[in-house]
Amino acid sequence: MDKSEKTDVVLLACGSFNPITNMHLRLFELARDFMNGTGKYRVIKGIISPVGDAYKKKGLIPAHHRIIMAELATKNSNWVEVDTWESLQKEWVETAKVLRHHQEKLEASNCDHQQNSPVLERSGRKRKWTEQRQNSSQKKSLEATPKGVPKVKLLCGADLLESFGVPNLWKSEDITQIVADYGLICITRAGSDAQKFIYESDVLWKHQSNIYLVNEWITNDISSTKIRRALRRGQSIRYLVPDLVQEYIEKHNLYSSESEDRNAGIVLAPLQRNTAEAKP
Amino acid sequence: MCAATFLGWAYCRDRGRVATATGVDVPEKMKSQIPVVLLACGSFNPITNMHLRLFEVARDHLHQTGIYQVIQGIISPVSDHYRKKDLVASHHRVAMARLALQTSDWIRVDPWESEQAQWMETVKVLRHHHQELLRSSPPMEAQNAGKAPTAPAAVPELKLLCGADILKTFHTPNLWKDVHIREIVEKFGLVCVSRAGHDPKEYILDLPILRQYQHNIYLAQEPVQNEISATYIRRALSQGQSVKYLLPDAVIAYIKHHRLYTMDSSWKDRSSQRSKGNTS
Repeated sequence: MDKSEKTDVVLLACGSFNPITNMHLRLFELARDFMNGTGKYRVIKGIISPVGDAYKKKGLIPAHHRIIMAELATKNSNWVEVDTWESLQKEWVETAKVLRHHQEKLEASNCDHQQNSPVLERSGRKRKWTEQRQNSSQKKSLEATPKGVPKVKLLCGADLLESFGVPNLWKSEDITQIVADYGLICITRAGSDAQKFIYESDVLWKHQSNIYLVNEWITNDISSTKIRRALRRGQSIRYLVPDLVQEYIEKHNLYSSESEDRNAGIVLAPLQRNTAEAKP
Repeated sequence: MCAATFLGWAYCRDRGRVATATGVDVPEKMKSQIPVVLLACGSFNPITNMHLRLFEVARDHLHQTGIYQVIQGIISPVSDHYRKKDLVASHHRVAMARLALQTSDWIRVDPWESEQAQWMETVKVLRHHHQELLRSSPPMEAQNAGKAPTAPAAVPELKLLCGADILKTFHTPNLWKDVHIREIVEKFGLVCVSRAGHDPKEYILDLPILRQYQHNIYLAQEPVQNEISATYIRRALSQGQSVKYLLPDAVIAYIKHHRLYTMDSSWKDRSSQRSKGNTS
């Protein structure tokens, strides 16, 4: 009886993972401890979804390397895995779509297991289904989801939360969908900045019960940017990334001034797309 | 021990010792680097990725000066007689350090200090290891006929590796003997690793003895904010929280296997029992 009261949760982290670091991996651990600690959730899986090359971020090295590094990094994890779907898409995929993809995947496999009748719309009919969901109230859409299906939640750092404010980086309807239909688990060092950001945003404020702020007491600011910089300067990155990742980077000489110049001068895909679509 | 004074070193107050070739005509062969061994003393209760980072950052910094070649790192866990709160038995701390260093090709753990019948002042540990280095140093090389005379094989310089907070403790009355501080900075030397943004120079300039030997104090900066304090680790462990990616997996496995740092072994359970989701 106890088990059915808890909601199963899958944590999804999107990002460049260029490269993956111990900090990324810590996000999962912190989030799981927190969600399990509420007594309401049981975290059953973590998914790392590296962004596709079409994202066109400066310094982004080819996806297959980033995937392999993430796989090496999670080799010793029994619950966090890497998913390549997003990185294999030809065009850049919005985060909301990635969340949707994984939620639908979970619902599909849940249906297979339970042999339920609810027909999940696929491909062509997807749009109609999502339109329906957006029109109904949040409560209604939750009830439409078969019980027992794990819920996908977006796992991120405070920087992603605050990036919601960058013009044209996110579609406002995507932000709404992410916090309304899925939920956000945000690991933050200084909880107050994130809280302030939520306070100052009407849509985030409305769905604040679906946004979990988790304090990271052990400051662990291992940004990928710093890793790449250290590598360019011939400095050690040991103990900042898993050993297997460090060895892989060294073996393939992945990061240099040349690699850092990739996509220089090219507009980031979301900015490109959202600005283009905004044009009359 | 300033073995290289004959080469005409200059030092720059802001950057520690910097080799200068100006006005000194030295044949390439004479510019042999001074071998250095780094010694870190501490509780290592338990050892964390941050401790391991100290070594990496210090080594990079010394290599960058062009003067030194770091050939070895030694971790010397303090003995149980130090009587620090929550200090687990030294054989455990030594074992954990050994596991953490399994994959390091230059850092090792030395149990000598932990095996002594009473607590040892840091300077005595330095003296001991210096003696050991003298004992195991190869004899001077004979000169090769027809070639320029090579510099004698230098005995490695032993330097104390620490976080910059140790510099601060030198100011605490009665914590260190003045003669010991002098011996440490005069005879051996300090390599202090501080967090980016923290300027420990004032700790040096405010204390006459440190100011006098500031040329023998190397300040390395760790650009990655990595405050993995062992205290937090112990707290997290006692609360059943994950510490994965903050310490090597092998150390975590050891801690679990020997039930170290559990709620019972650390501080008393002050708060009421809370049911926590267990990490699977």
